[in-house]
Amino acid sequence: MSLADHPSAHADAPTSPAGVDLASRLRVWTTTVDHKRVGIMYVLMAVVFLVIGGVEAVAMRIQLWSSDLEVISPDVFNQLFTMHGTTMVFFVGMPILIGIGNYVVPLMIGARDMAFPRLNALGFWVTLFGGLLTYFSLATGGAPAIGWFAYAPLTETTFARSAAVDFWALGLIVAGIGTVTAAMNFVATILAMRAPGMTLNKIPFFTWTMLWTSVQILIAVPPLTAALVMVLFDRELGAHFFDVQNGGSALLWQHLFWFFGHPEVYILILPVFGMVSEIIPVFSRKVLFGYEFMAAATMAIAFISLGVWAHHMFAVGLSRQVDLFFIVASLLVSIPTGIKFFNWLATMFGGRIWFASPMLFCFGFLSMFLIGGLTGIMLALAPFDFQLTDSYFVVGHFHWVLIGGTLFGTFAGIHYWYPKVTGRMLSERLAHWQFWLLYIGFFVTFAPMHVAGMLGMPRRIFSYEPDRAWEIWNQLATIGALIQAPSYLIFVYNLVSSYRHGKIAGDDPWDAWTLEWTTSSPPPTYNFGTIPTVHSRRPLWDTKHPDDPDWQYE
Amino acid sequence: MSGVFASGNALLAAAAEEPWHELSIFEPASPGGAAIVRLALLVLAVAALIFLVVEGILFYTIARFRHRGGSSDTPPPEPPQVYGSNPIEIAWTVAPALIVFFLVLVSARTLWEVNAAPATSRNVIEPLTVTVVGRQWWWEYRYQSYDGRKLAFITANELHIPASSPERSRPTRLLLESADVVHSFWIPRLEGKVDLIPGRTNQLWLKTDVTGLFLGQCAEFCGTQHAHMLLRVVVDSPEDFDKWLAGQALPAVDDPQQAAGREAFLSESCVNCHRIRGTTARGNYAPDLTHLMSRQTLASGIIPLDETNLRRWIHNPHDIKPGCLMPAFGLSAEKEELIVQYLLSLK
Ligand code: HEC
Ligand SMILES: [Cu+2]
Ligand SMILES: [Cu+2]
Repeated sequence: MSLADHPSAHADAPTSPAGVDLASRLRVWTTTVDHKRVGIMYVLMAVVFLVIGGVEAVAMRIQLWSSDLEVISPDVFNQLFTMHGTTMVFFVGMPILIGIGNYVVPLMIGARDMAFPRLNALGFWVTLFGGLLTYFSLATGGAPAIGWFAYAPLTETTFARSAAVDFWALGLIVAGIGTVTAAMNFVATILAMRAPGMTLNKIPFFTWTMLWTSVQILIAVPPLTAALVMVLFDRELGAHFFDVQNGGSALLWQHLFWFFGHPEVYILILPVFGMVSEIIPVFSRKVLFGYEFMAAATMAIAFISLGVWAHHMFAVGLSRQVDLFFIVASLLVSIPTGIKFFNWLATMFGGRIWFASPMLFCFGFLSMFLIGGLTGIMLALAPFDFQLTDSYFVVGHFHWVLIGGTLFGTFAGIHYWYPKVTGRMLSERLAHWQFWLLYIGFFVTFAPMHVAGMLGMPRRIFSYEPDRAWEIWNQLATIGALIQAPSYLIFVYNLVSSYRHGKIAGDDPWDAWTLEWTTSSPPPTYNFGTIPTVHSRRPLWDTKHPDDPDWQYE
Repeated sequence: MSGVFASGNALLAAAAEEPWHELSIFEPASPGGAAIVRLALLVLAVAALIFLVVEGILFYTIARFRHRGGSSDTPPPEPPQVYGSNPIEIAWTVAPALIVFFLVLVSARTLWEVNAAPATSRNVIEPLTVTVVGRQWWWEYRYQSYDGRKLAFITANELHIPASSPERSRPTRLLLESADVVHSFWIPRLEGKVDLIPGRTNQLWLKTDVTGLFLGQCAEFCGTQHAHMLLRVVVDSPEDFDKWLAGQALPAVDDPQQAAGREAFLSESCVNCHRIRGTTARGNYAPDLTHLMSRQTLASGIIPLDETNLRRWIHNPHDIKPGCLMPAFGLSAEKEELIVQYLLSLK
């Protein structure tokens, strides 16, 4: 099944080295419909925005170093946190996961491309255009200063006169269209393009999570798009959806936004659950423990998380009965999440754990995501949340989930699949530096924020009173940010330098078990010479162990 | 469990001696705040337990099953494969489910304890009712009624409420509204936060036995000066509170020596925004200045109210609170001085 002999494979592979002139290479990339190239472009776009969002974060941390600094003016600070949040969620988190999925899913299921390659390319370009449009708001004299969840009526023209909010809303609408097309494409691809023999209960786990993430996107993103259109109607056409003075409702926006916003959190974590569920088994040298339960837990999370949005709104004065409903729903999510966690541990237990960089990042994910989950439980308890919501505790919590969870997991995935994408290994030494700087810096940045929040510090303030006893926690956070910053630079450097100088990877450097490792690295445009036939969840295990194949046990 | 309650009470006792700038949610000075602390300590304990167990297993697994020896860039050989186990899966589904069930029960109990209307009984007086209006970037307090009496004055930025005592409960009911965007009322030591949302009236009950100053600040992003929308709640003894009420109910002091300053103030556009009861200044857009000098701070708590700061403020509010909704007027020096002296007389 191994495809060792592709004379043409390297020539037209997505990352073919120099030789052709720049213009024609640009043409190839801009006109491509190859899922691998599209995937790479998604990831590169996300990395660029990651650096931009990171610079915004560091600027804010510098302003908060002490209570009397005036490095950044109030309005600019408010713009910074608006753009930082918007960037990280819409132009880093989603594109990087969709990009990895784009690259890997067709390979994993033995397909030659996504179901709709042109739609796929459209999705990427539209997402990128959305990002640019959002940043184009700077041309109005400043970015919007509304916070990433843009509570009405702060977005009405009365309070935000410049067109910045219009560009922001347009940008997110456009990017949302890209996201929805990508999700449709994943659903179609995963349902219709699997290799012969790969029944739905045999698909690789990452693919399974991409399927449910896509379902969530299809349910959650359209309401956001609708709400953003309503904002634009209010601003441009004189409608009054959120204009309280004229009978609109400020609360309506909050419901619509969080109906998207909470599932969004899971859109950003389910694919990562999928990635670590691929990586932990390979690097523990053991099959994933309890595949069926893991699969069911994924579905449970996808559905339950559609019914928990108002836990972001406990302070708006819902009734106690409604609060209680959302407490119960939110806590229920922790059960399937717990199941996943225990299954990962059980997979490692009894294995031979190999601490190459992908596994190191999985370790980061496991040890930190747990903490984010536990602080999440605290926030789900409405009475406790009355104190914690909109405080720095929440800022600490969601960065813990998004960096400790999403980012560590994504880095694990990137370190795992980079050899497949480029044909070369990332430098392990640099990866270790990146990991430890990030691990320590992340902890020092976000742990103190929980404390500051419990000491009464609200979020989104550009300055604080000197007598508040918050300074020390803010200084720690700033120091942490400065420790983290180089780790991202090391990452980018590693991506670039290993592409030229990394060790040659070969088809299957990790001795792994899913189909992408049967083809060459990088794979040819058509992915597979002959479409493989699959008999189990680990097709390569079956080839490598003909005497003891998996399908005997599934 | 009893330990949790005991430490909650200990915290409550310690709170009285805390410095005035304390904003910790773990120093509650009210029954509602204390109920939240009990819940918080409980869930922190549960979380700590889960944390220790799970991280313990993780680190043990790594220590025990980490592959040693062999080259670091070749995959270790494969151990026996274990595909799963239904009994184990059921066990670790049921265990978290039980914890969830327990947490739902305890948080439901707390939910009905916080922000609760007082039971009506003989030793609970009719609540002090104040409408709080959140405004970009200051607080308006409209006193409605107290102890069955009607009140009819408006003040700003410093909320006075009466302290309860074990014999007599003096609850405060805040009706929370907003004149512009969403704000959030948060005094960590007294209660959790409740948002002020335009088009809605929310309610927040306060009750404390502890006199003194309680701080907080707006907790929902509300625009440029969100960071400087500070909250000050002064809890007075019942006698002090009655005195304060009587003072606030009076119209503004009319000091004949300040007649020129008064004229200057009334001739400027100040009157379009500000109110001074007893004069023709009837604006309702900006803080009521009738008893300005009964307050300790200026501009929603960000600087002490004294002559120098007041002069700086009138000269150019944006030096102190950039972006705030009071313009600088470029008054002549004499006029500015007259107005400042007049305002200083508004005890
Ligand atoms: C356009 C409306 C407007 C006008 C006109 C105006 N003010 Fe103000 N003023 C405000 C607002 C709004 C605030 C609250 C600012 C804040 O704290 O964010 C304020 C605050 C103040 C305060 C501080 C009140 C407190 O308790 O913190 C003083 C004193 C004051 N104004 C005096 C004046 C004087 C004197 C004039 C006339 C020369 C004047 N204002 C004209 C809108 C106005
Ligand atoms: Cu949520
Ligand atoms: Cu605010």
